[in-house]
Amino acid sequence: MSSSDNAFLTALQLILHMDSDLFSIVTLSLQVSFVAVALAALAGLPLGAALALWRFPGRNGVIIVLNALMGLPPVVAGLCVYLLLSRAGPLGQLGLLFSPTAMVVAQFVLVLPIIASLTRQQVEALHDEYAEQLQSLGLSTTRMIPTLLWDARIGLVTVMLAGFGRASAEVGAVMIVGGNIDGVTRVMTTSIVLETSKGNLPLALGLGIILLALVTLINALAHLMGETAKRRLG
Amino acid sequence: MNAPTSILAPIADLRLENVSFQHRGQSLLAPTSLTLSGCRRTIIMGPNGAGKSLLMRLAHGLLTPTSGRVRWQGSEPVQAMVFQRPVLLRRSALDNLTYVLAIHKVPRARRKAQAMLALDTFGLTALAHRPARVLSGGEQQRLALARAWLLNPAVLFLDEATSSLDPAAIKAVEDAVMTFHASGTRIVMTTHDLHQAKRLADDVVFLHNGQLLEHSPADTFFSAPCSSQGRAFIQGELIW
Amino acid sequence: MKKIAVVTSLSLLSLTWGGLALADDDYITLASTTSTENSGLFDAIIPQFTDKTDIDVRVVAVGTGQAFETARRGDADSLLVHDTAGEEQFVADGYATERLDVMYNDFVIVGPSDDPAGISNSDTVNEAFSSIAESESPFASRGDDSGTNRAELRLWEDAGVTPQGEWYRELGSGMGPTLNTAAGMHAYTLTDRATWVAFDNPQDLTLLFEGDDALFNQYGSLLLSAERHPHLKHDLAAQWHEWLVSEEGQQAIADYRLNGQQLFFPNAQ
Repeated sequence: MSSSDNAFLTALQLILHMDSDLFSIVTLSLQVSFVAVALAALAGLPLGAALALWRFPGRNGVIIVLNALMGLPPVVAGLCVYLLLSRAGPLGQLGLLFSPTAMVVAQFVLVLPIIASLTRQQVEALHDEYAEQLQSLGLSTTRMIPTLLWDARIGLVTVMLAGFGRASAEVGAVMIVGGNIDGVTRVMTTSIVLETSKGNLPLALGLGIILLALVTLINALAHLMGETAKRRLG
Repeated sequence: MNAPTSILAPIADLRLENVSFQHRGQSLLAPTSLTLSGCRRTIIMGPNGAGKSLLMRLAHGLLTPTSGRVRWQGSEPVQAMVFQRPVLLRRSALDNLTYVLAIHKVPRARRKAQAMLALDTFGLTALAHRPARVLSGGEQQRLALARAWLLNPAVLFLDEATSSLDPAAIKAVEDAVMTFHASGTRIVMTTHDLHQAKRLADDVVFLHNGQLLEHSPADTFFSAPCSSQGRAFIQGELIW
Repeated sequence: MKKIAVVTSLSLLSLTWGGLALADDDYITLASTTSTENSGLFDAIIPQFTDKTDIDVRVVAVGTGQAFETARRGDADSLLVHDTAGEEQFVADGYATERLDVMYNDFVIVGPSDDPAGISNSDTVNEAFSSIAESESPFASRGDDSGTNRAELRLWEDAGVTPQGEWYRELGSGMGPTLNTAAGMHAYTLTDRATWVAFDNPQDLTLLFEGDDALFNQYGSLLLSAERHPHLKHDLAAQWHEWLVSEEGQQAIADYRLNGQQLFFPNAQ
């Protein structure tokens, strides 16, 4: 690759000469993280809302555990998923190790606590405002969940972005369960690790800049959408 | 709007029997008995902190009393409540109304027409597609009334529904209350506005310091309140 | 509107995933070492194998210790590593049925160009290692139970040195990160030649000692046991195993050049 020591120049060259390898790495990164966040949202939004609305014994314990899991080291998540999906593990029969699906599972594990926990906070705050009115309208607690989730949607986009940020930035988990296989499970972050280990620091940093640019772009879009929605919907 | 069923069948009496309420060991409402009946407009009055909103929430079933019972004599009628600050959903005015119809299992095909009719009734047709939460305070409160209207309630609770509105908006809300009442809805309303109470009340419940001191016809209360606190309140000596 | 959003995202989701799941079944997973991956060898020879057999080889490049563990758990179809003693033990333990020599390269000692321990004048690697220990010059060890790490520990033993003290730094890292660190701390380190030639960030590091027979670095391919892990793609893995030692495979290895240097020398019998 480039012998230039300037990472920004390298990043620029990478983007300008976007070759098919880089394109597939970027695409896979986005696909894996997007699917992981979508699945985590599918599970985490109702879970967070349910935690916000229902009082049951052990609720505080669940909340504390979820909050703690927001800081789960990706390597640990990766290792657990590895042991789960390994042939010698309980789900080994599925043969999912070293596949993009395994990476999705690992990122799902990382992102779910973030989405569930932050959703709980958002929905709880909104519930304080809405509870009496919704109760007066005759809604059961269960029926309140979709209503509150939908009305909290602007804030929840930020929640999902936080999840996406964690998913797309982590390397420890996808490295272990994906194996960084060229063309199959190589994503932005594992490429960065690989290029660093080859001593190709400008290329590694260049890839990092592209990753940062992508995440920034996605955040900017979401922020603009959120601002517009906030102004429009009050 | 279909004719309120409440005209055809009498509205069940609401009986509060020795109802009290405590919060964190502090008594907010002493044991209180009260019966609300017929198609009357009952105004709950009293200075700030007297327990007006609390009594209303207990009656509406939003709160469970610490002791005593809240009972409907007969089947529980449809009720609605309008709050001091209307809680509207983050969607258009129209969608706020169709939402309530969906909750109450009105067939999808009929929702929009009913909602538009309610908007029309409360003069909100032009605002149908505006996001509800960017409407003015008065418009929001009218939308909340339209939402209550859709439920076709036999009993309508209003908690300080006009206290943050300008005079024109207050007039609109009072007109709406009259419309509800005219179509056979029992009105239960808290207010600290003496003039409003005089304009609207059939009878008055007077609370002071978490105790029900009087429940009498409006004429009686305003001309000859039987409690000294009631007298002081009417003369403007008890500041709400 | 809510429904539309849900349906849209669900279909997007399945579309995305459909794309990812579209992978053909004709591939094997090869657990191998970072040295072979980082040097670019696989990029050069696997396409030739795939052209011939339509079998793709997916390389999971890890340390030799982890590669063994991956194969032991049944997560790889094939194994190509460089720790002959460990490989023979692996066969003896029943995890593999056959081990074949494939190629070799050699280890070299790199260090700061001013060579504080003076190893560039050493005659043997024993002498070089002893000099480093005596002068207590910083030495960066992989410390990760990789093939290179195991070779390094054998070399210390042969030199009669117990490596410990301030000067001996166990990094617990792969070859590349260890080279990066060694460059940063002006330390000596033992590296395979392939990784060294492919390494782009030498800074002040330079090759100081090479050529002793004791630095010979043999790579072996293992045919994993069908009895132990029946689910593996043994037929496909056997084709790879045989191709590596075939004339064609050996030629492919010999032909690979990086910066004009041959990095791996085929030596299948």
